[in-house]
Amino acid sequence: MNPFRRSPFVIVATVLVYLFLYAPIVGLVLYSFNASRANVTFEGFVPAFSDRVVMEGSLVKSSPCGPFHWYCDLAKNDDVAEAAGNTLTIAVTATIVATIIGTMAAIALQRYDFKLKPFSQLSLYIPIVIPEIVMGIGVLTLFSQLFGWVNEAFNLSGDARLSLGMATVTISHIAFMVPFVTLVVQARLQGFDKSFEEAAMDLGANEWTTFRRVTFPMILPGVMSGALLAFTLSLDDFVITFFTNGPGSTTLPIYVYGLLRRIITPQVNALSTVWILVVFTAVLLLQLIQNREQKQHS
Amino acid sequence: MLKRLRENKSAQGTLLALPTTFWLFFLLIIPLFLTLVISFGKRSPDGDVIYTFSLDNYTRLFGYSTDCPNGQASCFDPLYVQILWRSLTLAFNTTALVIIMAYPLAYFIARAHPKKRNLFLFMVLIPLWTNFVIRVYAWMMLLRKEGAINIIIGWLASLLHIPFTPLEMLYTPGAVLVGMVYEFLPFMILPIYTSLEKIDNSLYEAAADLGANAIKTLLRITLPLSMPGVVAGTILVFIPVMGTFIVSDILGGRQVILVGNLIQRQFLDARDPTFGSAASLILMIMTLIVTYFYTRKFGFGEEIVAA
Amino acid sequence: MTSEFAVEMRDVVKRFITPEGNEMAAVDRVTMQIKNGEFFSMLGSSGCGKTTSLRMIAGFEWPTEGEVYIEGNAMGHTPPFQRKVNTVFQSYALFQHMTVYQNLAFGLEMEGAKEEEIKKRVGRALEMVQLTGMDRRRPRQLSGGQQQRVALARALVKTPDVLLLDEPLGALDLKLRKEMQLELKALQQQLGITFIYVTHDQEEALTMSDRIAVMSKGQVQQMGTPVEIYERPSNKFVADFIGESNFLEGKIKSLSKNEASVFVPSLNTEVTGMPISAGLVKGEDVVVSIRPEKIRIADKDTKSNNMFRARVTNTVYIGADTHIYVDVHDAKMKVLEQNRISRLDPKSFYVVGQDVWLLLMPENTLVLKKD
Repeated sequence: MNPFRRSPFVIVATVLVYLFLYAPIVGLVLYSFNASRANVTFEGFVPAFSDRVVMEGSLVKSSPCGPFHWYCDLAKNDDVAEAAGNTLTIAVTATIVATIIGTMAAIALQRYDFKLKPFSQLSLYIPIVIPEIVMGIGVLTLFSQLFGWVNEAFNLSGDARLSLGMATVTISHIAFMVPFVTLVVQARLQGFDKSFEEAAMDLGANEWTTFRRVTFPMILPGVMSGALLAFTLSLDDFVITFFTNGPGSTTLPIYVYGLLRRIITPQVNALSTVWILVVFTAVLLLQLIQNREQKQHS
Repeated sequence: MLKRLRENKSAQGTLLALPTTFWLFFLLIIPLFLTLVISFGKRSPDGDVIYTFSLDNYTRLFGYSTDCPNGQASCFDPLYVQILWRSLTLAFNTTALVIIMAYPLAYFIARAHPKKRNLFLFMVLIPLWTNFVIRVYAWMMLLRKEGAINIIIGWLASLLHIPFTPLEMLYTPGAVLVGMVYEFLPFMILPIYTSLEKIDNSLYEAAADLGANAIKTLLRITLPLSMPGVVAGTILVFIPVMGTFIVSDILGGRQVILVGNLIQRQFLDARDPTFGSAASLILMIMTLIVTYFYTRKFGFGEEIVAA
Repeated sequence: MTSEFAVEMRDVVKRFITPEGNEMAAVDRVTMQIKNGEFFSMLGSSGCGKTTSLRMIAGFEWPTEGEVYIEGNAMGHTPPFQRKVNTVFQSYALFQHMTVYQNLAFGLEMEGAKEEEIKKRVGRALEMVQLTGMDRRRPRQLSGGQQQRVALARALVKTPDVLLLDEPLGALDLKLRKEMQLELKALQQQLGITFIYVTHDQEEALTMSDRIAVMSKGQVQQMGTPVEIYERPSNKFVADFIGESNFLEGKIKSLSKNEASVFVPSLNTEVTGMPISAGLVKGEDVVVSIRPEKIRIADKDTKSNNMFRARVTNTVYIGADTHIYVDVHDAKMKVLEQNRISRLDPKSFYVVGQDVWLLLMPENTLVLKKD
C-alpha cells in the first residue's frame, strides 16, 4: 500500500528529469561525429572514408577514419595525451596517499580517544562547508608565498626555483580528498563490531596481525569505496587544479576549459565521448568485480 | 618503547590521525589564515602583496568608492554588492529548483523494486562521471542560437506554422541557472533517496490505516522523514553553487558575473590578491552563515556521507 | 600448574568515564578465586559488572586498581594475545571473510603450528562440537546454533587453561539453549578445563555451575554453590534476585544462641524460632525472607507456632503449580502449591475470598539484614 508509487505525476517527473540529465550528453556524443569543423550546427556525419582528409570550407568531406574523423584527430593530439597522462598520474598518486592516511585517521577517530580528536574531526568538514574556490585561492596563496620566500631565502634560480606544477596539484588534491575518504571509512567502521578484533587478539594475534588479517579485510569494501570516491573527485576536479597547476601540469579539465575559451572543434566532443566511455567502463567493471565478490562471500 | 605505545591508547590514536590532521592543517587551515591576513593587505603597483592592516578591500566590496563620476570624494558603487546579491539569489534559486526536480525522482527510485533501484541510481550517476567542464560545454552547445533547443522549437513552430526567430539563450542568467541545476542535481537526488529509502513501508500502511490520504501522507509522513536528506542535499548544492565560476564563465559570458568570477579575476587577470582574498572571505562567511542557520534548524544528517 | 586457582581477582576496580564526563565504577573492589577445573558463573543483570570482569580476565580491559592473576601470575597490562585464556563472544565474532576451517585455524596459526597439526586439531575440534564436514562453509551460511558451536570450537581448539564465555547462548531460542546448557556442562567435565561463564539467566547459572558469583552494582553479593545461593542467600538482594521470595520487615525482639524472634508489624505479631546468621543484634531492623514454595497452606488452623490466618486474593493456575496470592493481616504474600494430584473439581482449589491458614516453618525462613 503506497499512495504515490504509481502516481502519474511521479512517473512523468521522473521521465522528464532523466531526459534533462541525458539530453546534453546525447547531444555531446552526436556532435562528435559532426562534419562541420566550426561545430556550430550539425552538418551531418563525416560522410566517407578516404586516404586523406578532404575539406570543403569548414566541412570535412571525407577522412581516413570516416565518421570517426575527430577521434583520429584526437589520437594525434599530443596535448591531450599529455593532459590525460597528468590527470591519471595525479589521480592515482593522490588516491593512494589519501586512502592510506584517510583510513588511518578514520580508525583513529572511530576507535581512539585523544586530545587532537575534536580538532581532527572538525577539520574534515572544512572542504564540505567551505566553497572550493575559497580553498583554491588559499592554497594558491600559500604556495606562492611559501615558494617566493624559499626561492629568495635560498637564492634559487632557473630550474631549481620552486614553482607550481604536478607536485602542488597532487598535494592539494590529497588535502581535498582525505576528508571524503575518512568520512566514508568512518561510516563503515561505525557498524563494525569491536569484538572481531578482540576475538583475533584473544586467539593470539598481536595488534598488527589483527589489523592485517581481520580488521583490514573487513573494512576493505569501505576503503575501496572511499578510494573510488577520491579517484573520481580527483579526475573531476577543476577548481583546485585551476589554481595550483603550472606549466607542464595541465590536466584534462583544464585543457578542455582552455579550448572552450578559444575555438571549439568536434574534437572536444570526441574527447568528452571517450572520457564518458572510459569512466563508464571502469565503473561498470568495478561494479561487476564487487558483485562477484559479494556472491562469493555469501 | 613498543610496550609503552601499546598501553597508551591516546598516543596510538594521535599517531594514526596525525598525517591527515597535519595535511589538513597545512593545506586547509593555514591557507584560510593566510587569506585572512592578505585580505587586510594592499596591492603594490607590480601586483605583489603589501602586508598591512587596512579595511579598504572590505569597504570597497561593500560599495565604498573613491572613483566617482561627479567629482565627489566618495560615493556608493553598487557593483560588488550586486555581485554578492546575484550569487546569493542564484544559489537559492538553484537549490529550490534542484529540490523540486530531485524529489520526485528520488521518490520514484526509493519506491521502485529493490532490484531495480541500483540501476536507476546508476543512471543518475552516469552524467556525474562526465567531467564538470564537459557538462557545461554540453549545455553551451544545446543553448546556442544554432543549438538543439532552438532547432527543436523551430521545428515545432514550423509544424504549427508559427513564425519563430531563434532565442538568445546563451549568455543569460537563465542559462547559468540551467547549467547550475544540471551540475548539482545528482547531489540532491542521492541524499534524498537515502533518507526516503529508510522509510519503512509499514509507515505508509499505518498512515493509510489511520485514514490519511495520499496528500496527507506526503505532507505528514514522507516529507518530514526525508528532511535530513533534503538538508544534506541543500548543503551539498548551495555551497558549491555559491563558489562556482566555470558555469557562469562559459554560459553567462560577461553578462552574469558571480562572486566566484570576481575572485578568480582578482587572482588571475586583475592581479589583486588582496581584494580577491577579501571577496573570498566574504563568500565563505556568507555560506557559513546560511549553513549554520540551516543546519541549526534541521540538523546535520549523516546523509552527507552517504552521498 | 603453579596455583590452585585458575583465575584470581584481587580488589579489582574498573572505572570508566561516562559520556557525560562522570566517573563510574563498573567493577568495584571485586575479589574472587576460581578453582582449577571449575565451572564458575558470574550472574547478574546488565550493568552489574560481570562482563567487565570477564573482559579484564581476557585482557580486553585493564583494571584501574587491583590485579588479575591467571595461574598465579599477575597479569598487569598483558595483552590478550599473551594470555592463555580464550573467549566465546556473545556475538560469536566469527570472521565473516573466512571459512569455518579458517576461523578455527586462525588461533593455531598464531601459535605457529604446522599445517599438518592444524588440520588434525581443527578436525578434532569440529568433531567435538559435531560440525564435521562444515569446514568449508562461511559463518553466514550457518544457523545460529551452528555459529555458536563454531565460536566454541574456535576457542577450544587453542586448548586454553580457562575458557571465558560471555552470554554465549543469549541469541539462541529456548529449546536450543537448554540443549546447549547440558552439552556445555558435559563438555566442561570431559575436558576438565576451567569455564568462566557470564550470564543474566539464573536458571542457566543454576543448571550448569559448580559455583556462582551473584553480582550487582559492580560488587559480588554472594559467592557459593547453586544450593547455597538459593537456600542461604546472604542478603536481601540475592534472595530477591535468585528465585522468588516473600519479605516481611521487622525488628529482632529476642535472640538466643541460634534462634531469633522477630516482631513483624505487618502481621502484628511475632515470628519465632527462626535460625539466625551471624552479626545480628537485638533490636535490629531486619527482613524475614521465605520462599513461596516453602510456605505451607491449609484450610484449617492446626494451632501450630507461626500459623497465620490469611485471605486468598488471587490464584493463578500454571500447570505444574498454582500461585496463590494472599493477604495476611497487612502483608501481601505469595504461596506456591504443587499440583500433585490430578483433579478438575474447582472446589478442590483455593478460591478468591476464601480464608486459609499459612504455616511459616522457622527452618524455612531466613532473617536478613535490612539494606
